[in-house]
Amino acid sequence: MKVRKVTAAASVLLALSLTATACGGDDKDDKGSGGGKKITIGIKFDQPGLGQKTPDGKYEGFDVDVATYVAKELGYKEGDIEWKEAKSADRETMLQRGDVDFIAATYSITPEREEKVDFAGPYLLAHQDILVRADDKSIKSPKDLNNKKLCSVAGSTSAQNVKKKLAPKADLQTYGGYSECLTGLQNKVIDALTTDDSILAGYAAQKEFEGKFKLAGFKMTNENYGIGVKKGSDLKKKINDALTKMVKDKAWDETVKKHFGPANYKNEPAPQIGDIVK
Amino acid sequence: MFDFLEGYDLWAAFWTTVKLTALSAVGSLIWGTLLAGMRVSPVPLMRGFGTAYVNVVRNIPLTVIIVFTSLGLFQTLNINMGADDFTTINFRLAVFGLTAYTAAFVCEALRSGINTVPVGQAEAARAIGLSFTQVLTLVILPQAFRSVVGPLANVLIALTKNTTVAAAIGVTEAALLMREMIENEAQLILIGAVFAFGYICLTLPTGLILGWVSKKVAVKR
Repeated sequence: MKVRKVTAAASVLLALSLTATACGGDDKDDKGSGGGKKITIGIKFDQPGLGQKTPDGKYEGFDVDVATYVAKELGYKEGDIEWKEAKSADRETMLQRGDVDFIAATYSITPEREEKVDFAGPYLLAHQDILVRADDKSIKSPKDLNNKKLCSVAGSTSAQNVKKKLAPKADLQTYGGYSECLTGLQNKVIDALTTDDSILAGYAAQKEFEGKFKLAGFKMTNENYGIGVKKGSDLKKKINDALTKMVKDKAWDETVKKHFGPANYKNEPAPQIGDIVK
Repeated sequence: MFDFLEGYDLWAAFWTTVKLTALSAVGSLIWGTLLAGMRVSPVPLMRGFGTAYVNVVRNIPLTVIIVFTSLGLFQTLNINMGADDFTTINFRLAVFGLTAYTAAFVCEALRSGINTVPVGQAEAARAIGLSFTQVLTLVILPQAFRSVVGPLANVLIALTKNTTVAAAIGVTEAALLMREMIENEAQLILIGAVFAFGYICLTLPTGLILGWVSKKVAVKR
């Protein structure tokens, strides 16, 4: 019996490591900084306004624009960029194994993550906020959330913040994605959707939701979005220089307005490199 | 090495998994037995319903069923399962969805058990004047159950692991805690291994005990 248990445990571990390898992909050749032709960048594929793959196979969003600008400064043309989906849970692994050169995917700088990877930036200061129906006037301060029905994504930092700090008495529904929450918000089963204001602004700015939802403007937490690179990588300094330049020549302001503007989102001024707001 | 486990209530999460599994197992055993009864019944309408139910439900992905219970039944049709906070509603919706899904598999396992009982026994029982219900409950099902303990153990193990899908509608079971931990701790492989081990601790004994029971109660023919 004992042998059986050990075998079972071992085979599970093996299966786990195999699946981890499988999502890596096999395009190890012709990349690397400078020498090769291509650069691989990790972004979100499913986050409107930040990083989204459109039905015709293009990529758009704030993170995409920032990454494109940075890649240009590093000496890569737009056609040399290979986009890869970086799901939240995979980000550290992808960087550590060198599947991507850098990641710009709503990647908040936290001490736990800094142990595993290095961060350039931050390039955006976001805050946890709530999205409510445009005609809802009952939520005026974060305290009003305590007897409301909130929605967020299962396991996300925002969902945990609600339970632990922001509104422990609120009734919290979590789903696999924000789209399900939006259905509930429209059906009035849910009163507010909560996560980073940049993400909310991206959703509210979508064509089918325009004018239906609004941001409340509560700055409940500080999320410093950084660009993740492999620990000890020399890319960090180059990316920081590129970000500084992007803010200086106004390209940063333009892309913020373009992607978050329609939802009445008031962005923070561009953060200083290395200036992490706690 | 395992200091990332601090501050998380693994027991509570796995306890929810156990509760989900146990309630859905009981529910699907009852509903699955009724379905199996329908599928072998002499009434064409019931046979048709049983067949249609099994073929439709077992061919829909579980995720779709579970998400439908929340988006369709609860959000759109306002069926709140007699509760008014999301935690209770979601738990009951998940049990409902898992029961509806697993019952299709229980039904098919049981039907194969019914087929192991020699047809002469049913004929003999009919000949002494027993009704269909009496034939089924007194003669056929007791023997059928004894021969399908093994297959039902398989269904139970699958059910245990299927409860992870309940995380999709926010039931706070083990898979959801795993997502939280991965989000916070940046320790993908280790956390994955801890939870995989947790599920093995639940399912391995199930398999061993029911395998032993299966041998004990099998009908020798």
